[in-house]
Amino acid sequence: MEVITVTKDTFDEEVMKSSTPVLIDFNADWCGPCRMLRPILDEVASSNDKVKVVSINIDDEDELADKYEVSSIPCLVLIKDGKEVNRNVGLIAKEQLESFIGE
Amino acid sequence: MYDIIIIGAGPAGLTAAIYGKRALKKVLVLEALSYGGQIINTLDIENYPAAAHISGFDFATNLYNQAKELGTEIKFEKVTNIIDNDDIKKVVTSKGEYETKTIIIATGADNRKLGLENEDKLIGKGISYCATCDGNFFKGKDVAVVGGGNTALEDTLYLTDLVNKVYLIHRRDEFRGDPTIVEKLKEKDNVEFVYNSNVTKLISNDKLEGVEVTNKDGSTKELSVSGLFVAIGKVPENENFKEIINLDESGYIIAGEDCHTNREGIFVAGDNRVKELRQLVTATSDGAIAATEAVKYINK
Ligand SMILES: Cc1cc2nc3c(=O)[nH]c(=O)nc-3n(C[C@H](O)[C@H](O)[C@H](O)COP(=O)(O)OP(=O)(O)OC[C@H]3O[C@@H](n4cnc5c(N)ncnc54)[C@H](O)[C@@H]3O)c2cc1C
Repeated sequence: MEVITVTKDTFDEEVMKSSTPVLIDFNADWCGPCRMLRPILDEVASSNDKVKVVSINIDDEDELADKYEVSSIPCLVLIKDGKEVNRNVGLIAKEQLESFIGE
Repeated sequence: MYDIIIIGAGPAGLTAAIYGKRALKKVLVLEALSYGGQIINTLDIENYPAAAHISGFDFATNLYNQAKELGTEIKFEKVTNIIDNDDIKKVVTSKGEYETKTIIIATGADNRKLGLENEDKLIGKGISYCATCDGNFFKGKDVAVVGGGNTALEDTLYLTDLVNKVYLIHRRDEFRGDPTIVEKLKEKDNVEFVYNSNVTKLISNDKLEGVEVTNKDGSTKELSVSGLFVAIGKVPENENFKEIINLDESGYIIAGEDCHTNREGIFVAGDNRVKELRQLVTATSDGAIAATEAVKYINK
């Protein structure tokens, strides 16, 4: 799968109602570490079908960023059955990301 | 067996790789996180010769592509140790071991932390090391900056336009940083200077809610803030090498402009070396020199 861009209109459908765990990537265009993280997320999205990877741009979706109390990006939030189960702030290497998701 | 193993894919390490490859050597770069190093955090570089107004991300990506095009091998593994058996050196990583004739240590520097309880847990929940990156999340709120150098002053100035109020906490009553910024801050009505004080406790309930500051005279007070920007300098990432490489009292690798460490065939390049000015132009300069010295050593 590819990384899916999510907005507040599609959030419910793509994240809350997802049957597979969802990895949310809160990011912004101006954030260098977010841009560094993106290819790693693309790889995870295409190689790992146990998790759905979604991207939320915090400048466009400030309501969602507020809802998850994001105050530093990149911020990864792992959601299972609509609930937050793990969170990572800052750039993360692929190996650590894989253990963050939990195989 | 490699000719040169470079530890760190920041500006210094990638430049060393370019020079190593152009001298037709077999080069491996080992990087713990992602290529680019610290510079990826900045939006606009203004002082790199002939490349004004390039973003840190683009700078890093150009440099990375340039090193790759020349045939540099890059592996994303954290280096945990180096072993010096004279002609054959070993670099130990989280995943394995590599043999090499020479090593260039280009591990740069990381943000200095306050060292307070819960500091790591509160990163992204109120604690930040980069005001220009995270300031926007604190619009209209009360925040504090801790530090006394230029970064702290610039961060405070940047935040004054975004937030309701900024406390600037400094352990002395005078600033090391640029006096013109200090003057600008004094004119702002939403900056409160907290002199002669250290942050001694982070008050939190899942998120940061305030900080306790202790004055030199022993008195303490609490500031109610939802953000704390820590700007107290950098620490070199040389912990893993201190067994065999000489460091100064602040942890920087002792080497002159020739980038030679106390061990033959082991060189240093970039922000983790003892030097006066830590910038891109000096990091890339070190990278070029260290690689050239490594090539000389191999060809000897
Ligand atoms: C916000 C910000 C803005 C800046 N703006 C400018 C500017 O406008 N102009 C300018 O000239 N300079 C600027 N600088 C300074 C500049 O970024 C540094 O001087 C430069 O990045 C130093 O390069 P370096 O390669 O020595 O180290 P670093 O950039 O720190 O790179 C070191 C690399 O080594 C890796 N590493 C560390 N330990 C290990 C290990 N054990 N194993 C494997 N890899 C490891 C790190 O992950 C990192 O990628 C800025 C710095 C910051 C933080």
